[in-house]
Amino acid sequence: MVEDRRLGDAIAYVILSIGVLIVAFPVWLTFVASTWDNATIINGQLPLWPGPHLFENYYRILFVGASSSTREPVASMMLNSFVMAMAIALGKIVISVLSAYAIVYYRFPFRMAAFWIIFVTLMLPVEVRIFPTFKVVSDLSMLDTYQGLAVPLIASATGTLLFRQFFMTIPDELLEASKIDGAGPFRFFKDTVVPLSLTTIAALFVIQFIYGWNQYLWPLLVTTRDSMQTIVIGIRKMIVTSDALTEWQLAMATAMLAMLPPVLVVVLMQRLFVKGLVETEK
Amino acid sequence: MQKNAYFRGLTIPFLLLAPQLAITVVFFYWPASQAVWQSFLLQDAFGISTDFVWFENYQRLFADPGYYKAFVNTAIFSTFVCVLSLSIALLFAVMADRQIRGAEVYKTLLIWPYAVAPAIAGVLWIFMFDPSLGMLARALQSAGVAWNPRLNGNDAMTLVVLAATWKQISYNFLFFLAGLQSIPKSVIEAAVIDGARPWRRFWTIVFPLLSPTTFFLLVVNIVYVFFDTFGIIDTVTGGGPSGQTETLVYKVYSDGKGGSNLGGSAAQSVVLLVMVIAMTAVQFRFIERKVNY
Amino acid sequence: MAQVTLTNVKKIYPGGVEAVKGVSFDIPDGGFCVLVGPSGCGKSTLLRMVAGLETISSGEVSIGSRVVNQVEPADRDIAMVFQNYALYPHFSVYDNMAYGLRNLGTPKDEIDRRVKEAARILAIEPLLERRPKQLSGGQRQRVAMGRAIVRKPQVFLFDEPLSNLDAKLRVQMRVEIKKLQRALGVTSIYVTHDQVEAMTLSDKLVVMNAGQVEQIGVPADVYKKPASRFVATFIGSPPMNILTGAIDGPGIVALGDAIIEARDLSENLPAGMAVEVGLRPEDVEIASEGAAGSLPFDVEFIEELGATQLFHGQLSGLPFIMQAATDTVAAQAGRVWITVDPDRVHVFDPASGTRLGRM
Repeated sequence: MVEDRRLGDAIAYVILSIGVLIVAFPVWLTFVASTWDNATIINGQLPLWPGPHLFENYYRILFVGASSSTREPVASMMLNSFVMAMAIALGKIVISVLSAYAIVYYRFPFRMAAFWIIFVTLMLPVEVRIFPTFKVVSDLSMLDTYQGLAVPLIASATGTLLFRQFFMTIPDELLEASKIDGAGPFRFFKDTVVPLSLTTIAALFVIQFIYGWNQYLWPLLVTTRDSMQTIVIGIRKMIVTSDALTEWQLAMATAMLAMLPPVLVVVLMQRLFVKGLVETEK
Repeated sequence: MQKNAYFRGLTIPFLLLAPQLAITVVFFYWPASQAVWQSFLLQDAFGISTDFVWFENYQRLFADPGYYKAFVNTAIFSTFVCVLSLSIALLFAVMADRQIRGAEVYKTLLIWPYAVAPAIAGVLWIFMFDPSLGMLARALQSAGVAWNPRLNGNDAMTLVVLAATWKQISYNFLFFLAGLQSIPKSVIEAAVIDGARPWRRFWTIVFPLLSPTTFFLLVVNIVYVFFDTFGIIDTVTGGGPSGQTETLVYKVYSDGKGGSNLGGSAAQSVVLLVMVIAMTAVQFRFIERKVNY
Repeated sequence: MAQVTLTNVKKIYPGGVEAVKGVSFDIPDGGFCVLVGPSGCGKSTLLRMVAGLETISSGEVSIGSRVVNQVEPADRDIAMVFQNYALYPHFSVYDNMAYGLRNLGTPKDEIDRRVKEAARILAIEPLLERRPKQLSGGQRQRVAMGRAIVRKPQVFLFDEPLSNLDAKLRVQMRVEIKKLQRALGVTSIYVTHDQVEAMTLSDKLVVMNAGQVEQIGVPADVYKKPASRFVATFIGSPPMNILTGAIDGPGIVALGDAIIEARDLSENLPAGMAVEVGLRPEDVEIASEGAAGSLPFDVEFIEELGATQLFHGQLSGLPFIMQAATDTVAAQAGRVWITVDPDRVHVFDPASGTRLGRM
């Protein structure tokens, strides 16, 4: 406490800086690759600094598309990803706020049963029931639609549990006071519960947006047409084209574009992100 | 569990719950029960007839060396990713917890990989370690290491472990940092006055007090490795070479993909399901137990 | 055992905030020194500097004959009792007390002997196997004390150790701490914002305000001759009344129309100089109207405390409180006349707040 501070701090700086380097290096390299031409990359002569093809590569991938694999421009893939992420985040918030409100603020038969039906799904990631779920979506002819991409991922217990937990911390006196002031269930929800929940809603939104944007296995299965594919799927197709030469500079530009929105969300809304992460996992 | 002030009624709460319950039933319970049902069925080679075969799919599954291989792969994969990402994250968190200038900036710079999709993380790492064009692969080769994750199973496993660890450090770091910051400062000061040097202080006071966080993260990390790393494996190795990086979830996918072995794939899903439920149960147990101090 | 000496100790935080502005005093071997002051006055910072938990920006702290500025807390031979006790939640009571000795490499049987002895002194023997969570507030307090005494340190440091206890327990523990300190004879520094604790525990009282020492002395002296207006109003409950007046002559002050004698008033003050006059509520008495030096006190309401009564009201336009034993004065609102013992009139400089007393 008295003496070891300086040495300890120096060690901390060194270790944290190494950490930042490890974390950032793969992304830096990706960025660099996205600014060179394919020949440089394929010959294994990629330097550590950016090259001259930045605008050319990004323009081409955003609005024209890679030639050998998928002809869809990345801009439309990003739109698909965005719609899917927004639908999942907003959908999840709406249905879980409503169900949590019913469970916390109403007493009715089978209340606990309803709670447990939702709660148990906490343990069922989509990966373990992937093909039967796929079959359901296909039977409902929701393949290659935004509904098919988003709706099956909307229902999960996380949001309901989070809101339930938050509602439990709202003092009972607020409801009693609202009742005395003549507010019914709808008014109380609109005027008291929702305003108080805004930060929780925002935090959940941040987490679920990232979750939605980064989905992989599910869109891989339910999208077959190129026009419906998300950016994370698109990049896979660019790299896994068997013998055709992968256009690495375009794939890497796509990777940068795929990372950009969720990373921006984390960096710009760090406080909400941390809150959301810590609270949804409790 | 229940408020003392509440509303009465049946229609409104039912309407409020309806969307969530409908989606849950249609996309969770129905498919999950289908998985269980299918795991008892066997299709013939041409997909014409289907027979109810009781536990035959399970028997085949446990007699299949490929399935054991997937178990072993998953175990190796989970162990390495958990140990590496937890210990590295703990190291960073302990450093960031010192009241140094710029700690907040370091925090921001360390947490963003959480936002990178696993599949993208896989792309970043295969790009660095691709045997022919990867910058770091070439460095290894010129240093005399015969590096080729496309042919060598150990190299492939190393690569997916690295990519999965890289992505998971940020998550673990955040939780460890929060855990460290919730330890009362005066307890640490009491240990300082009690003459515990930093190293000993960490292992006798700080680490034990972090144990709820550590255990929580351990379970979350196992679940992460089991399910979320699908994207990493698919982009980095596709399960190869020759199934050397095929995990349990990856096998569910690759066996069920062609639609030829739906029963076997369903049986695998059910086994996974049981494992997840067991893990969740363990976690709840522990969360209750941690109340002991 | 050791004497503790502070020489011009300062604490300046990186932002430039000066939390402790040059404090000097010493505590004799075996003495019990209490640092008292409002929150934010720097008393805790000062204690933490003695402990080694904060660096000393300038000045010197020595324990015994050794300057400890650069000595690690563990090597200062001190023990500390924290406000929230800071018990190790994952250790049993026994291990909480033994931890410090283990770090010193004390032999096992010696540790065992000392822990059991401390447990006996503090009457916590039946609790040794429990975890802190299973203890009541008072029991935790004892364990925290136990952790300090097993070390047999040269100095005990207490950082508001009783503030988390309820009122009744606080009084009880206060007495026990005093007894224990007497019995062990260990030099002690005790930080509190509670003036009753400060008065009862200390044999050397240090009153701090805004990073500076206002007064150092034995508690009775601090009470009888507060060195400043701050000390006068901080020590004593209800607080001393402050009235405005002027010097009328040597040893005489004018309060409105009344003239009162102040025996402890420095000479050579110019007549007519504005001063503040402090009168403790318990030092004034009811007098007959027109008695020499009597002051008109307009009583507005009375608080009944059982043994005593508090009369609230105004005296020459300023709020004033008088304390009197129950039944000695008719408890009713209205004008009464009061006089004050000339030995107990405190006069302060309105600008600096310092006492204008004889040397």
